[in-house]
Amino acid sequence: METTEKMKYDVCIIGAGITGAMTARKLAKYNVSVIVLEAADDVAMGATKANSAIVHAGFDAECGTIKARLNVRGCAMMPEEAKELDVPYKMCGSLVCAYSDAEIKHLETLYARGVENGVPDLKIIGQKELREMEPHISEEAVAALWAPTAGIVCPYELCIAACENASINGVVFKTNFRVCDIRKEDGIFAVSNGTETVYASYLVNAAGVHSDEIAILAGEANFPMHIIPRRGEYMLLDRSEGNTASHVLFSCPSANGKGILVSPTVDGNLILGPTAKAIDDRDDTATTSSGLEEVQRGAKHLVPGVNTRAVITQFSGVRPTPVGADGDITKSDFCIFISKAVSGLLHLAGIESPGLASSPATGEYAVALLAEMGLVLTEKETYQKGRPEKIRFRELDDAERAAVIAKNPLYGKIICRCETVTEGEIVDAIHRPLGARDLDMVKRRTRAGMGRCGAGFCSPRTVEILARELGVPMTEITKCGGNSVILNGGEK
Amino acid sequence: MNTTVKKTCIVCPMGCHLEAEVSDNGEILSVSGNTCKRGDAYIRTELTDPRRTLTSTVRLCGAGAERYLPVKTTGGISKARLMEAMKALGEITVTAPVTRGDVIVKNFLGEGADLVAGKTVDAG
Amino acid sequence: MEDKKIIIIGGGPAGLAAAIEANNQGIAPKDILILERDRELGGILNQCIHAGFGLHMFGEELTGPEYAGRFIDIVRERGIGYLCDAMVLSLSPDHEVAFVSPTEGFCRIRANAVVLAMGCRERTRGALNIAGTRPAGIYSAGTAQRYVNIDGYLPGKRVVILGSGDIGLIMARRLTLEGAKVLRVCELMPYSGGLPRNIAQCLDDFDIPLYLSHTVTAIHGKERLEAVTVAKVGDDRRPIPGTEEYIPCDTLLLSVGLLPENELSREAGIVLDRITGGAQVDETMQTSIPGVFACGNVLHVHDLVDFVTKEAYRAGASAAAYVSCACASNEGHEPDTAARYLPTEGKNGVRYVMPQKLNANGDLNADTALFFRVDNIYRDRSVILSVDGKPCAKVKKRFLEPGQMEHINLNEDAIAAIREGSTVTVALD
Repeated sequence: METTEKMKYDVCIIGAGITGAMTARKLAKYNVSVIVLEAADDVAMGATKANSAIVHAGFDAECGTIKARLNVRGCAMMPEEAKELDVPYKMCGSLVCAYSDAEIKHLETLYARGVENGVPDLKIIGQKELREMEPHISEEAVAALWAPTAGIVCPYELCIAACENASINGVVFKTNFRVCDIRKEDGIFAVSNGTETVYASYLVNAAGVHSDEIAILAGEANFPMHIIPRRGEYMLLDRSEGNTASHVLFSCPSANGKGILVSPTVDGNLILGPTAKAIDDRDDTATTSSGLEEVQRGAKHLVPGVNTRAVITQFSGVRPTPVGADGDITKSDFCIFISKAVSGLLHLAGIESPGLASSPATGEYAVALLAEMGLVLTEKETYQKGRPEKIRFRELDDAERAAVIAKNPLYGKIICRCETVTEGEIVDAIHRPLGARDLDMVKRRTRAGMGRCGAGFCSPRTVEILARELGVPMTEITKCGGNSVILNGGEK
Repeated sequence: MNTTVKKTCIVCPMGCHLEAEVSDNGEILSVSGNTCKRGDAYIRTELTDPRRTLTSTVRLCGAGAERYLPVKTTGGISKARLMEAMKALGEITVTAPVTRGDVIVKNFLGEGADLVAGKTVDAG
Repeated sequence: MEDKKIIIIGGGPAGLAAAIEANNQGIAPKDILILERDRELGGILNQCIHAGFGLHMFGEELTGPEYAGRFIDIVRERGIGYLCDAMVLSLSPDHEVAFVSPTEGFCRIRANAVVLAMGCRERTRGALNIAGTRPAGIYSAGTAQRYVNIDGYLPGKRVVILGSGDIGLIMARRLTLEGAKVLRVCELMPYSGGLPRNIAQCLDDFDIPLYLSHTVTAIHGKERLEAVTVAKVGDDRRPIPGTEEYIPCDTLLLSVGLLPENELSREAGIVLDRITGGAQVDETMQTSIPGVFACGNVLHVHDLVDFVTKEAYRAGASAAAYVSCACASNEGHEPDTAARYLPTEGKNGVRYVMPQKLNANGDLNADTALFFRVDNIYRDRSVILSVDGKPCAKVKKRFLEPGQMEHINLNEDAIAAIREGSTVTVALD
C-alpha cells in the first residue's frame, strides 16, 4: 500500500477497556480522528468485564499519587458521566469494616489518607450505627469507615456506552485486532495485527493486562514496570439476595488488595469477591474450586448469613498489577506518563483498581497529556454527549410499556423471562453502534441470559434472532466470537 | 445349565425388574419380577427379537417458523435397524398442513409399523 | 382486554387441563384466558418428542406433542380463550395480572380466580459451582432438547452428560440417534434419579456407560468446550482426590434437577414450601392467597405428566367452584371463611407431602391424595398414613426411589380421626 493513499489517524488507542473507552470519549469532543484497536471480539473484555463494579471513593490510594488524584476526581465525575451515557449508577456509599482494635487503627489511617486525598464526608462509625445501616453485617464488626460518595456501576455497560458515544462522534473501532507489531514510519506509528496496518500520529497504550507488552512493542526499551496478572474470582447471586447488603462492604485491606467484598449491583444482584492470585497466563479467566470457596468464606466473614446457594454464576477477571523495579506492589501508582523514548507515545498502563472509578478522570487527563504532546484540539460543534436511546423494558412504567409496544410490537415479546428482556431490545442491541454479534454481546448489552435460568430458555431464541438479523445461518452464531459456536453439531 | 437373564421392563414407568430363566437351547422356562402380563411378553420378545418404538423429527415445510415435525412409529421396529431408520427419516420432508396421526410412511422399512405425524400443524 | 373469571398462567399440560376442567364445571370458554409465554400451546411437551406419556390418563404411550395435542384440540374446539407469546410480568394478591404480548400490548386485567401453571426450569451450571472456564458447549438438557427437536440443530458431537434425571437419559438416546457420541453419563448420587426403564432403553440400548457417584469438577476450553474433568465422589458427595479423569468432549449437558418457577408467586406474596419450591396448598390446590390455585410442575416437580393433568383438573375445578361461590355470595374473594386448616407432614424418609395442609371443613374424601417423595432408595417398605400418630392407612411398596412421586389416599379411618388441630403424617415404617 502506498503511504499517500493510506488513512492516517491523529490518535490510535490500543485497548477498548474502560480506560481506552473513556479516553476515546473524551477525545471525541475535539476535531481529531481517532481509532481504537481491541484484541477481543468486543469492547470491555479484559479487566473491565470482570471486576467488583465499584466506584471507589478514593481513600485507598497513597497520597500524592496519580492514582489518588484520578480516583477522587473520577468518583466525583461519575454521576454526570453515567447520566450523560444513560448508564445505571448508584451512589450507595461504602463501608470498610473493622473487627479489632488493630483494624480500627487501620480505619484511622484510611480516614486520614482519604481526607488528604480530598475524599468528601468520610466518617468512622461505631457498631450501633453500622448495624443500623447494614442489619446483616457480622456481629464481630465493631466499627467502619463510611464513605458516602462511593458508588456502584455496571463496568462493561459504562465501557460499552462510552464506546457507543465515541462511535457516534466519529471514533473508529476495530475489534478482533490483536496488535503484534508497532513501527515508526516517517514519524508515523504503523500498528499491525499481522494482516492489517493502522497509521496514527499519536499512540495511546491502554492495553490493560497487556500494557507492558504493548509498551515494549512500541519501542519503550526501559519501561519502568511489568505486569503481574492477578486473577480475581467472583460469585454473582440471584436478585432474591440483592437486599442482603445496601452498601459496598469491605473488610480491612491487606497487602493483597482490598480483600473479599460484598456489594449490591446496579441490577439488583449481590456480588461477592474477589480473590487475588498471581497467575502466569494473562488471559486465563477460569475459576477454581479453591477460589470459589475462598470467596464464600470471605463473604461470610462480612455477612455470615449470605445465601451463597442462590448463586447465578461464577467468573473471574485478571487485573494488571504493575510491579516496579523494587517489586513493591502496594505502593505502586498507575503507570501514566508521556514516553521519553518514543515521541508521540502515551502510556495509560498498569491500571488496576480503582481504574473503573478513575476512568472519566483518566480519559480527561489523557487528553490533557496528548495536548501537552502537541495534539491540536479544537472543539467539535457536532459533538453529542450521550448515546443512541436505549429502551430498558423492565424499567418502564405501564404507559411507557404500552407506548413502546404500540410503536414496535417486538417490545411486546419477552425473550429473556428472568430479566424481562424483549425481542425489541435484542434487535436494537444488534443494530446499535458496535452492535452485538454473539450471545455474550447480547447479554452484556441487554441482560438477556443474565438471570437465574442461566440462559436456558432464551439462548435458543436469541441465537435465532441473531441469525435472522445478521443474515447468517444459526450454525454460525457463537457464544463469544472465535470458535465458540453454539451448534457445533450442525443442522440435522 | 439354565441361566438367569435380568432386564428392566420398559413397557411402563414402573420399570419392573424382570428375570427370565433361560435354558441352554435358548428356551425361556420362566419369567418373574413382572407385575403384569405385558412384562412377561416384553422379556420374551426382548430375548428373541428386541423391538423399539422410534420417535424423532422430519423436515417440515409450509408451516412458517416450525421447521420440524415430530413423528413416531406406531409400533416397535427392530432395535438393530434404529440407525438405518434414522437415516431414512433424514430423506423425508412433510408439507403442512398436517394432522396428528396422519400416516407419513405406511409399513415403515417393512417392519410392520407405520410412521405417523405426532402433531397437528397448520399451514402458515 | 377485558377482565376474566379465570386466568390461567401457563399453557402447558397443567394450564390446558385446568382450563378444560374449569369449563367442564360451568365456566364459559370466553370467561377463561390461558396466557402462554411461548409461541404455541403445549409447554415443554412440544419438545418432549419421545414416547411415555399418558399411560395413566389414556392407557397408551403417547409422545409429548401427542399428549399435549389432545388437550389443545379440546381447548380449540370449545373456544376456550388463550393467548400465546404472552408473558405475565406480575400478579397481585387481589388477582390483577399484568402481561405483555406483541398483539395485545401491555395489559392489566383482573380475574375472580387465578391458576398458576408456569412449570419449572432447570438447575444450571452456576448453581453447581463447577469451576473452570466459560466456553460455549455447556447446555442444560432441556435447552439441548429444544435445539434438537424444535430447531433441528445438534449442539455438539462428543457429549458428556452430568445428571441421570429423565431428561438427561432421554437426551443421551436422542443425541445418539442423531449421530452424536455420548461418552458417558455421570451421576453425583449412588443411584439414578431417572426412571429405571429410561436407563434400560436410553443408556443400555446404546452401550452408554452410567457412572454413579461421579461428578464434573472442572470445565476446560476457552471458546468451545474442549474437555471436562470428572471425579469420583465419596459418601460426603465431595470429589475424591486422585480419581480425576480428563475427558475430551465438545459438549456438556446438565440434567441436574428442576426448580418450580415461582418468581411471580413469590412477588404476589404466596407462601412457598421450602422443600418443593412451590406454593403451599390445601387439598383443593388453593395457595395461601384465596382464589389463587397452583398445579403441575410450578407446584412441585412431577415425574409423570399424567399426575400433572390430574392435579390440574383439581385446580381447575376448584377455581371454577371458587368463582361460582364468589359470584353467588356476591362478596368478592372470601367464599369460604370457615376453613380450618391442619398441617400435613412427611417423616422417616418422606421428604415432603403435598398438599401441605388440609381443610377439616372441606370436602375430604377417599379421593383426596397425599403426594410425596422419599429421600433415598428403599426396598420392601410400607407407607403409613397416620393422624395424630395413629396409623390409619398402610400401603406396601417393593421399591421407593427419590425420582418417583408417590401418593397415598385418605381413607375412612383417617377422615374420621381428623379433628381441629390434628396433624396428618406420611411416613415409612
